[in-house]
Amino acid sequence: MTLKTTSVSDFPDAFADKRAETGVGYMDDQQDPVDMLLRLKDVRKAAHSAATFQSGAAPGRIVIPSEVAIRDTRQIPFEVDPPEHKSYRDLLNPWFKRPLDESYQQKLQAIIDDIIDSALKTDSLDVVSEFALPLQSKALTLLLNTSMDKAQTWIDWGTHVFRSDDSDLDGDKANILYDYIDAEIDKAMVSPGEDLYSVLLASEVDGKKMTKEEVKGVMILTFAGGRDTVINAITNSIAYFSENASDLQRLHDEPEIVNRAVEELIRYFAPLTQMGRVATQDTVVCEHAVKADSRISLCWASANRDEKTFEEPNKVDFDRKVNPHVSFGFSTHNCLGATHARQILRQLVVSLADKVGQLDTIDADENVERLGEFSRKVGFNRLQARFTAK
Amino acid sequence: MAKVIFITQANESVEVEGDSGSLMELAVQNGVYGIDGDCGGVCSCATCHIHLSPEDFDKVGAPAETESDMLELDDNATEYSRLCCQIPVSDEIDGMTFTVAG
Repeated sequence: MTLKTTSVSDFPDAFADKRAETGVGYMDDQQDPVDMLLRLKDVRKAAHSAATFQSGAAPGRIVIPSEVAIRDTRQIPFEVDPPEHKSYRDLLNPWFKRPLDESYQQKLQAIIDDIIDSALKTDSLDVVSEFALPLQSKALTLLLNTSMDKAQTWIDWGTHVFRSDDSDLDGDKANILYDYIDAEIDKAMVSPGEDLYSVLLASEVDGKKMTKEEVKGVMILTFAGGRDTVINAITNSIAYFSENASDLQRLHDEPEIVNRAVEELIRYFAPLTQMGRVATQDTVVCEHAVKADSRISLCWASANRDEKTFEEPNKVDFDRKVNPHVSFGFSTHNCLGATHARQILRQLVVSLADKVGQLDTIDADENVERLGEFSRKVGFNRLQARFTAK
Repeated sequence: MAKVIFITQANESVEVEGDSGSLMELAVQNGVYGIDGDCGGVCSCATCHIHLSPEDFDKVGAPAETESDMLELDDNATEYSRLCCQIPVSDEIDGMTFTVAG
C-alpha cells in the first residue's frame, strides 16, 4: 500500500481517536479477527498475563497477518508459554547479549562505517534496499557469528522475507527462508562451528538435546523477527534526520544523549505495529468481552502514543528522560534481539552525526499498513536520499 | 562520593562507588550481575530492579507513577522495590545496600 505525504519524517498516530473512545480497535485477518488493545496500561497488562493471553497457540497464529497458512514450525521462544519458555530464554539470553561485548561493537562499527562511506560516495541511493537492508544483513552475521559472505544471500532475498509485491503473505517466499535454514542446520550438523546453528545443536534444554525442529524455530525467529523491524528503524531514522538536521548535530555535540535519543526514535517509529495473543478463556479487557480462542493484539504503536503516559506523544523529544515505550514488547516475551537492535541504532546515529553533514530526501514511497479501520505508516518501500559528508 | 553495596541473586556482594549518573549506570559500569539497564535508563525495560531496606526506601522515596506502573507488573516486586535507573547517585545513598531483584 502506498501513500505520498509531504513530510517523510512524520509518522502519524493512526489510533488516537479509537484509543480515547473505547481503547479497543478491530481488524479482520484471514477470517481470524483481532481485537486490538490500544492503551499502554491494557497492552502491558495483557502482555504480562501469559496464562490468559497465550503465545503458544498454533504456530504463526499470534503474528498479524497470521502465518498459520504458511508455517508449521513453532518459533522459539516466541511461541512458547511459561514455564517452558523460561528454559529456552535462559539458554538464549547470554548469546543475544553479545552485542554488549567490545569486540562485537568494533566489528559492527566497521560494517556501519563502510555502509555510510559508500553512501557518501554515491550521488543518491535507496535507503531501504541499499543502506538499511545491507546493514541489517551484515549485522546479522555478527549475531549469528557466521561469515560475512552469508549476508549477500540474505540481501538478495529482498526486503520482505514473507511478502511479495502482490501479497502480505507469500508462502513461496517464506519457503526460501525455511529451506535455507534447513540447509544451514544440516551443514552445521555435519561440520559444527562456532555459529548459532552449531551452538544450538549442541545445547540442552531441561536436560534434553535440542532437536533440529527446535533449532529451526529459534533460527526462523532470529531471521524474521529482526528483518523488517530493523530495516524500518534504520530507514525511518534516516528519514527523521533528513528533516531534523539540528537533532543530528546535537548527537554530534552531545553523544552522551545517544541512548535517550535511540529510545525516543524507537518509541516514535514503533517498527513493529503489533503482536497477537490468543485468549485461553472468556475474559474482559478494557470493558470489552474477549471470547476464548479468539485473538487480541498488543498494539505497541498505539500504546507508544498514549497521551495518558507520554506528554506530547507525537513529538520526537531527545530530552524525554522517562520513556516507558513498548516497541520491544513487554514482560515475558520482550524482544530477544533488542540488545542487537539497540546497538545497531546507537552506533549508527552517532556515526551519522560524525560523518554526515546533510541528508536530503529525493523521493519516498511510504509503506502504509491497512489494519481494518486503521491505516498506519510503518516505514518505506523506497526512500531515495542523498548523503553529503561533513 | 557515594559508596554502596549490591547483593546479587547469587548472594555475591559488590561494593561500588561513584558521584554522578544513575545507580543503574553505576551498577552496569561495575558489572553487577542482574542489573542490565537495557534501555539506557529511560524506565522502559525494567532490567534494573532492586529491593531496598524499609529504612533506605523511606530515605530514597517511593517511585513516580510511570516507574510504579512498571513495577506493578513485575513478579519479583515488593513494597520496597525500585528501578535503579531512576535513582541518582548522590551522597544521600552513601552506605546503602541494595539487593538485585533478579
